[in-house]
Amino acid sequence: MEDNAFYVALSLLINLDATLFQIVWLSLQVSLLAVLVAALLGFPLGAAVALWRFPGRGAVVVALNALMGLPPVVAGLTVYLLLSRAGPLGEWGLLFTPAAMVIAQIVLVLPILAALSRQKVEELLGEYREQFVSLGMSRLRMMPTLLWDARFTLLTVLLAGFGRASAEVGAVMMVGGNIDGVTRVMTTAIVLETSKGNLALALGLGIVLLTLVMVINAGAYMVAELAKRRMG
Amino acid sequence: MTSFNAALNAAPTLCPPPALHFAEVAFSNLDKTLFGPCSFALEGAGPTLIMGPNGAGKSLLLRLAHGLLVPTQGRVSWSGDELPRQAMVFQQPVLLRRSAVANITHALAVNGTPRKERRKLALRALERFGLAACADTPARVLSGGEQQRLALARAWVLSPNVLFLDEPTSALDPAAIRAVETAVREFHQRGTRIIMTTHDLHQARRLASDVLFVVGGRVREHAGADAFFSTPASREAQAFIAGELVE
Repeated sequence: MEDNAFYVALSLLINLDATLFQIVWLSLQVSLLAVLVAALLGFPLGAAVALWRFPGRGAVVVALNALMGLPPVVAGLTVYLLLSRAGPLGEWGLLFTPAAMVIAQIVLVLPILAALSRQKVEELLGEYREQFVSLGMSRLRMMPTLLWDARFTLLTVLLAGFGRASAEVGAVMMVGGNIDGVTRVMTTAIVLETSKGNLALALGLGIVLLTLVMVINAGAYMVAELAKRRMG
Repeated sequence: MTSFNAALNAAPTLCPPPALHFAEVAFSNLDKTLFGPCSFALEGAGPTLIMGPNGAGKSLLLRLAHGLLVPTQGRVSWSGDELPRQAMVFQQPVLLRRSAVANITHALAVNGTPRKERRKLALRALERFGLAACADTPARVLSGGEQQRLALARAWVLSPNVLFLDEPTSALDPAAIRAVETAVREFHQRGTRIIMTTHDLHQARRLASDVLFVVGGRVREHAGADAFFSTPASREAQAFIAGELVE
């Protein structure tokens, strides 16, 4: 029985395993904070690229789209170099702390949120543009209106970002270091247990992670669907 | 519409109404001239109805006049020193994904109305257009007629000097059409200069003071409504009024 991943996952949950909950809690904190910060930066950025016409705009759009596929290890390496002792931000002493993991995940998630929100806002702008111009709105004034009116689609975009953050392992491993009790999150724990040969435990952790992501997605989906139906 | 509201109705006393001038205005896209070049002046109190067959350039003319499109040639100008306050009601009302009342408070926020007054003004406007019961209903689940009345209410709170309407009733049933026409008359009585396109002859007869007849991207005829409907000068206008197919 002990070799069964589902059994392991279940017993971890039922026994309220303290280590497990610490890991889950840290994973959630890191990923949610990263997505929050990335949204605060990425949504206005995406809306701005949708609204303004400037030289090099095409290049920015292509770059954002391409960076959606940024390999987590590359993001991790970049942040690692920035935060390492000899790096430009070495004085902050953030390497191998949860803060470093948040920064690395922001780098990963920001392009997704910016690129997708750019697309959604641009679609909405196509529908609203004449009314906005008729009301005499400046581009800057259009931005909050568009972001608010795109709120249900942006929630889905937010989920895509959260999915990316909670699933990746490369970046948090590099800048966090998978230190027991300090920077160990679900994905790095899974990697560790796999390499130790504790396949059942690794798989059990994987099931817990998947369940968690499912629950968050289901909740957001229901909120969005309900609101969409209500707002027409 | 009995709830006459002093604060709203006192707003603009506009005399004389702003006059619109088109000077050799043309609009082209990808080397294809879609409108003009043509010159005319819209003076007097209106309402002016812009008529003509589909694709004649009625909507283009309206958008050029309102400034939604910039002419590629010529100049659009208004009498007076300042640009008149303008609003536009579209064929398909563009409503935000918010409640009816929030659609109006948004427009008020944009034009700088203090936050405290917005909701009160918005609710009054909704009441005036028979939408008081739907204030908190999401705008986009309202019926077509209600949506168009909401668009009119939104224009109403802005107290425009000039109101453009682009085929505002083409997708509506008779009761909704009557409501829109009543609203248009109220705007007119309040001193708002009405410039409206329609392809409905009966509607034009009911509302127009003068008619601008557009064919093939050019203004073919501009006359008082009585003269236009009784003795149209151009062959196209004669055919149009007779109900023939004009291209």
